[in-house]
Order: sequence, then structure tokens, then C-alpha cells
Amino acid sequence: MAAKEEVKLLGFWVSPFVLRVEWALKIKGVKYEYIEEDIFNKSTLLTELNPVHKKVPVLVHDGKAIGESFVILEYVDETWKQNPLLPQDPYQRAMARFWAKFAEEKIFEGAWTALCSQGEQKQKALQQTREAMEKIEEQLQGKQQFFGGESIGYLDIILGWISHYLTVWEEVGSMEIIDPAKFPATMAWINRFLKHPVIQGTLPPREKMLVYFHQRSKELGSTSHGWLRV
Amino acid sequence: MSEEVKVFGAWGSPFSRRVELALRLKGVQYEYIEEDIFNNKSPLLLKYNPVHKKVPVLLHNGKPIAESLVILEYIEETWKSNPILPEDPYDKAMARFWAKFLDDKCLPALWKAGWSPENEREKAVEEACECLKTLEGALNGKRFFGGATVGLVDIAANFIAHWLGIIQEATGHELLSAEKFPHLFKWTDEFVSCSIVKESLPPRDKLLAFFKDRIAGAMDAPTEASK
Repeated sequence: MAAKEEVKLLGFWVSPFVLRVEWALKIKGVKYEYIEEDIFNKSTLLTELNPVHKKVPVLVHDGKAIGESFVILEYVDETWKQNPLLPQDPYQRAMARFWAKFAEEKIFEGAWTALCSQGEQKQKALQQTREAMEKIEEQLQGKQQFFGGESIGYLDIILGWISHYLTVWEEVGSMEIIDPAKFPATMAWINRFLKHPVIQGTLPPREKMLVYFHQRSKELGSTSHGWLRV
Repeated sequence: MSEEVKVFGAWGSPFSRRVELALRLKGVQYEYIEEDIFNNKSPLLLKYNPVHKKVPVLLHNGKPIAESLVILEYIEETWKSNPILPEDPYDKAMARFWAKFLDDKCLPALWKAGWSPENEREKAVEEACECLKTLEGALNGKRFFGGATVGLVDIAANFIAHWLGIIQEATGHELLSAEKFPHLFKWTDEFVSCSIVKESLPPRDKLLAFFKDRIAGAMDAPTEASK
């Protein structure tokens, strides 16, 4: 590898998408410069580096910018070969990608919608999220440590937000998504994930998150469903 | 060495056609199984894709994979001839970025613009045109999104090359015009002119009739399974 590689990450302190990239880089021991963005007052740097979406995270490696956390994760895995995130076997890789997409569409979207909505829309979103979580619970049955096996992998990183954000959103949204009694495998995975040395110290402070999401859910609840997912 | 490759698809689905195109580009023999996705999904489909119950599903040596972009990546990793993704990790990332953009933003916006009621049309068309403009920029004067040859992004954009024009004809509303999006318009021609691509597209007349029926029947908003 090159003697000096420049890796930068444009992020926002409470973005779960940015966290994914940080976890991936830390698991691989890649040094990076973190640049905090105010997503409500976007810098010209951000809009130049991610003109299509104007969102974080953006990874900049040797001057080249990549957006979208899923895409960045695969790039990180291919560029730095130590501690692989995706399995080697093509079928296992397909399964990881399948569940990642599923989780993003049904669980993340569902929980977020439930947080920002009321009444029937909220109930419907909660139902969708719970049903989707049941499938994840099934996937976790019999897993020793993580989706990735002994160590944290791609799917753990994609789903990792659940370990820290879900209870915050449940509190802010006055809702229950995971009844711990009904999701033993998920709870065990959450505990292992939170205890992992790479994950510890990366999580945004809970109190600050409560204030932030309380504000956001009110703002988003009063307007039509927007694209901004933070 | 005998390999069992099956594709569960629907004749009019751009998503299942993506999978067929990728297999054909790589010269992979497969058995195609047509699913009646509107009225009568087969027990096999429900068995192989219990989560979404949708086409396409690729079955390789008995193991099923669902979700067209996931399947395309699997095909790329399993059959190495005629690669559809670039070697370079950054270029590969860009291909994945654009494929995701197509599925997350572009296709939903185009679909919505095609079928919006009058009062919602203007906004839907505006969003759709923003997407087309972005794609025009991404093409950047190249022959294909993949460069000299058809790649992942071209395959993912199949809806734009073939379905969109037919929907435009059925509804009488134009989105992708040669004047507004010259490079993208030219790309649609280049793409459908490739012999392998041509073979893997649903017949124009059949698709047009299907969409005209849809308008006449004034069906509810479509879901992915019905595309």
C-alpha cells in the first residue's frame, strides 16, 4: 500500500450511517480524519463531494469521494483486506447483502416512520418493523457471536444502529418495537455488539440523542414525509 | 461439470430481465420459469423467496437468491467471463452508487411520474426530470455507463431504455426527450441495439398492450411485484 494514504470521512455526530463507516474503518485499523458537517447548514465541501445526494457519510480516499454507507462499506472491504467484513463465499455474500437491504427497507425505514408519525400510519409502521425484526431474530438463532461469525462483519455493521438507536427512538416515539422477552437472540447480539472494543467509545451520547430526536420527530411529524433520515 | 441455474421471473418485469441479461452476457445456460405474479404465484417461488414473495429469484445448485442487484453481484462473482463491474475499487464503488441511485430514487420517481393523477403530475415530473438530468451527467458522454461495454449500471437502467418509452406512449406523457437529455436518449438506443440485450427484452407490443390495459382498468398504484 502507498506510504501515505489520505482518508477522510465527512460525518454528522448522530448519523447512524456515518457510524457504520467509522466502525468499518476502525475494525480494519485504517487511520482517517473525521470532518464534522452541519447537515442543516451544509458546507461547500459536502455539496462538492456528494453533489447527487448532498449527504453524509462521504468517504474521501486519495482525493476521490464516495457516498452511500452501503457502497462505502464494500469499498472499504475491497481496499483494505485485513479483517474482512463480507464473507468469502459468493452465496454467503449474497445472503449478507440480501439481509442488509431487507433490514434497511423494513426495519430502519419502519422504525423511523413510526418515530415521525401518528395514529394509523404509526401503528402500521410499528407492525412492519416488528415483523421484520422477527425475521432477523430467526437469522440470529444459533449464531455464536455475530452475523459475521466470531467477529463483527458487514451485516452486524449495517444493523448495529439497532443496538443504540432503537431504545432512544422507542422512548422519543412512546412506542415499543422490541419486547426483550420476545427477542432473546437479538438482545444477546445487542449486548455483545455494545461490549465490542471497536464499538465502545464511538456511540453518540444518549442524552444528547434524546433531545435531538425529540426535536426532529416533531419537525418531521408536522411536515410530509421527507427524505432526510436523521 | 453440470450446474443447475434457474431463474424465476415475469415476462414484463425489468428486475427479472436484469438477471436474464447478466446471465446471457456471461454465456450462462439457465432454465427460465415464468411466474404469474399477479394472480397465482407458484409454491416454489414462495418457498425460494419467503421474505418478499417476488421475482426475480436465481436458483444456483439448489440455493436461492432474491433481489435483482444482489443477484447481479452474485452472478458477477460466480461467472468471471465478460465482467459487468470494473476492476478498480473506486470505479466499482461508483457503479454500485449509480445502481443504487437508480433503484432508490430514479425508478420510483419515473414510475410515479408516469402514473400520477393530473394534480400531482407537475411535482412528480419535476422530480423524475431531476433524476434523468443526474443520469445524463453520470453518463458523461460515454457510450455506456459501463464505458465501452454494457455493465452493471446499464443493466440496472434497463427500465429507462425500454419500459419508459413504452409507458410514455401508453400515457401520452413524455419524460425522456432527445432535446432535454441527448446523451441518455442516445444511450437508450445503444443499449437496446446490442443483440444480447435485444434478446432479453419483453416484446414491445405486448408491453404496450399491458400498460394500456392498466390505464383502462385504472389500477391502484403499482408495487415492485407488478412491474
